[in-house]
Amino acid sequence: MRTDVVIVGAGIIGAACAREAARAGLSVTVVDRGAAASATSARGEGNLLVSDKAPGPELDLALLAADHWPGLAAELADELGGAFPDIEYQRKGGVVVATTPEGAEPLRAFARRQTELGVEAADLSVPEALELEPHLDPAVAAAVHYPQDAQVQPVIATEALLASARRAGAKILPHSEVVGPVRDRNGRLGGVRTAAEAISAGAVLVAAGPWSGEVARTLGADLPVRPRRGMVLVTSRMRQRVFHKVYDADYFGATQSSDEGLQTSSVIESTPGGTVLIGSSRQQIGFDDRLRVEVLARIARKALRLFPFLETTSAIRAYGGFRPYVPDHLPVIGEDHRDPGLWYATGHEGAGIGLAGVTGALIGAQLTGAEPALDPRPFQLSRPSLAAHLSPGGPT
Amino acid sequence: MKHVLVIGAGPAGLTAAVAAADAGARVTVLDSGTGPGGQYWRHLPPERPSRREARLHHGWSEFERLRERTERDGSIDVVTEAQAWAIETTGGATVHALIGPSDAAGREALALEADSLVFATGAHDRTLPFPGWNLPGVFSAGAAQALAKGERIAVGRRAVVAGAGPFLLPVAQSLTATGSTVLGVYEAARTPALAKGWLPRPWRLLSSARKGGELAGYLAHHLRHRVPYRLGRAVVEARGDGRVEEAVIARLDADWSPIPGTELTVAADAVCVSHGFTPRLELPIAAGCEIGPDRFVTVDDDQRTSVDGVWAAGEITGIGGVDAALAEGRVAGHLAAGGDRSAIGPARRRRRASADFARRIEAAHGVRPGWTAWMREDTVVCRCEEVAYGALLGTAAATEQGSLRSVKLTTRAGLGICQARMCGRTVEELTGADPSRAADTSDRRPLAAPVRLGDLAGLSSKDDPQKGEH
Repeated sequence: MRTDVVIVGAGIIGAACAREAARAGLSVTVVDRGAAASATSARGEGNLLVSDKAPGPELDLALLAADHWPGLAAELADELGGAFPDIEYQRKGGVVVATTPEGAEPLRAFARRQTELGVEAADLSVPEALELEPHLDPAVAAAVHYPQDAQVQPVIATEALLASARRAGAKILPHSEVVGPVRDRNGRLGGVRTAAEAISAGAVLVAAGPWSGEVARTLGADLPVRPRRGMVLVTSRMRQRVFHKVYDADYFGATQSSDEGLQTSSVIESTPGGTVLIGSSRQQIGFDDRLRVEVLARIARKALRLFPFLETTSAIRAYGGFRPYVPDHLPVIGEDHRDPGLWYATGHEGAGIGLAGVTGALIGAQLTGAEPALDPRPFQLSRPSLAAHLSPGGPT
Repeated sequence: MKHVLVIGAGPAGLTAAVAAADAGARVTVLDSGTGPGGQYWRHLPPERPSRREARLHHGWSEFERLRERTERDGSIDVVTEAQAWAIETTGGATVHALIGPSDAAGREALALEADSLVFATGAHDRTLPFPGWNLPGVFSAGAAQALAKGERIAVGRRAVVAGAGPFLLPVAQSLTATGSTVLGVYEAARTPALAKGWLPRPWRLLSSARKGGELAGYLAHHLRHRVPYRLGRAVVEARGDGRVEEAVIARLDADWSPIPGTELTVAADAVCVSHGFTPRLELPIAAGCEIGPDRFVTVDDDQRTSVDGVWAAGEITGIGGVDAALAEGRVAGHLAAGGDRSAIGPARRRRRASADFARRIEAAHGVRPGWTAWMREDTVVCRCEEVAYGALLGTAAATEQGSLRSVKLTTRAGLGICQARMCGRTVEELTGADPSRAADTSDRRPLAAPVRLGDLAGLSSKDDPQKGEH
């Protein structure tokens, strides 16, 4: 089989890249070793956050994404019609709270720095916070409202992007695992081999989330993407009592931490289905997916600190997933400087759902030589902050 | 002294507990019910005893013997209202349970690590959807029987029993015993399938003597009460204004597709349906036990699962009826306690004799694909989340998905309070999922039961810096 671009991974990043590339006129084939939309993209909350991003390239990307999503959601709805489920895009806003007096000033200072860069953030008094979230524990020390924070149902969003990509001509091949590269005499990458066939392609894009490091290795490259485990609890359906994405300010500390130990922080929100999602934890334990009750207990304890009413509600489901972690906490988007033809769109950790659309746009622009919407260099593998994490010999 | 933890206090679990104690072990039995007995020996609570239990239950004396023994024996601790909600395997297997009524706050938390673990978690009945099955008055046959056995409540005055499998017969019996008029028992399997399942080795049925006797008893009961038993028929619709008033019964072809023009409407205020059983696999899966292609826990001749120190017995290893469960429980409990294999020869032989039963039930009564012909666009498939058949198939087609995880999350089928215990297998079948793939099975539930967040938050922890702040 011949294709312009072969994308490894049919999660939301691969789906968004496939859509952009196919709409730009490239022939696109997406392979996934499992089913589409069934791994990391099906195991998160669907966060589209600017609030948790510190000034820097990821915030630039998140702000672009915040502007990009409403249009993308409308386009998908238009294109796919009423028979396709709604992606449940909601710009519901986030409320970030500090639960301790020591946490109050750092939260406000963080928000001030963000507003200088275009983030909408409003410092709330406790009564104002309770107006937005009447069931919040009134003992909170500080709260900031971020109206740009939004939510999407991640599996439906992934399926919608894939359906749209298919309409633009992309081919999706589930249950097709990449087992090796196709390389020419000079070693230039020219496609992938799956168990069933060789797919030759001008560009191979690795969008395999936490498995991207393994896929890169299969293709003969090293990529410092590692799995980081996260758990989320889902409650039974209830009358809506949580109205925004509400989280504890120490969530940011957890996302930015390189600590391999367990970290938990509260992220609580209602879904249109009537359930409440309660996250989250971060733990670097490889691809170990065994349940850890202690993690659930800690998530629950932190959730009750924000919303005491949750004490009597039941968790009916717990799900865990792996997020793609990169040591410098930035996604890798672009071509491998050591191995022409090998591209990456991965490493978004917990922000992949939110950043999928703009990541797809960045990849689409770079593949076709169009002008990207923002400077792609901070996201390239060649950035200085990753130098220490690449093997010195270059591609193996 | 070995500590054996048994989960489930039905026939298999109680037998395992006694066998383990006989072999010298200390035994803890956890059961989520209010008393021992399981689904099979479900009965009135001890404060309202009935002398009719013996007539309502097969093998009641066996149960009384087991119950008495577990009560008397100091080495056996039966903990009822104990909900095992998670199993951790990061160290040895740790079983987490909450003790107390399921809707109570502040249940006591237990974390148990035993030398051996015996799963005897049983099965619940499976019900195929049909138009009107979500009307009040339609019951799963298991629920109807539980109300009859456990509460002496008749689900209606004029009841229709329908579905597939030998379980329909005891259900009809329980209903008549509580005063319902059973208008008929409608078995979807037709004579050829029954013959295929039951006739190749009829002596096997006799060798599994008690099962034969049990069935003969049910058939005699049907003759006495003149309850029609019709093959190749199904309830294809329940109708009524706000609750069931009539049931539409149709003849089926060999694939269980209704034959047009054969519909017959009967006035009924209760419809009880069962199309087989779904084993309760979440705890064995959480413990890492291998599940076979037949969707039961894989065990060897010693009831040993694929995980060291973990045994399984009863319906989670195959729908074999009470005799199989008793024999399997005895083998599992004895060996889990470290007992010598030579002591359980007879039980191992009984186990083999009844093992064939499960295969024959599947051959005769297994769900056939034609049933979907009685579905309509608006027939609800997932009752918890009210997902209709048309929407489910429409979304699966629009997303070109056969994978259960995606279909569940795009349609919400199976995401509700029962966590796909009711509709999981049906959704798998309708979307063509391949349950041998982890993402495609509805059996995996890391939280094996709902847990109050307050109970979760209250779990003690050794290394949590947050502990004690509340």
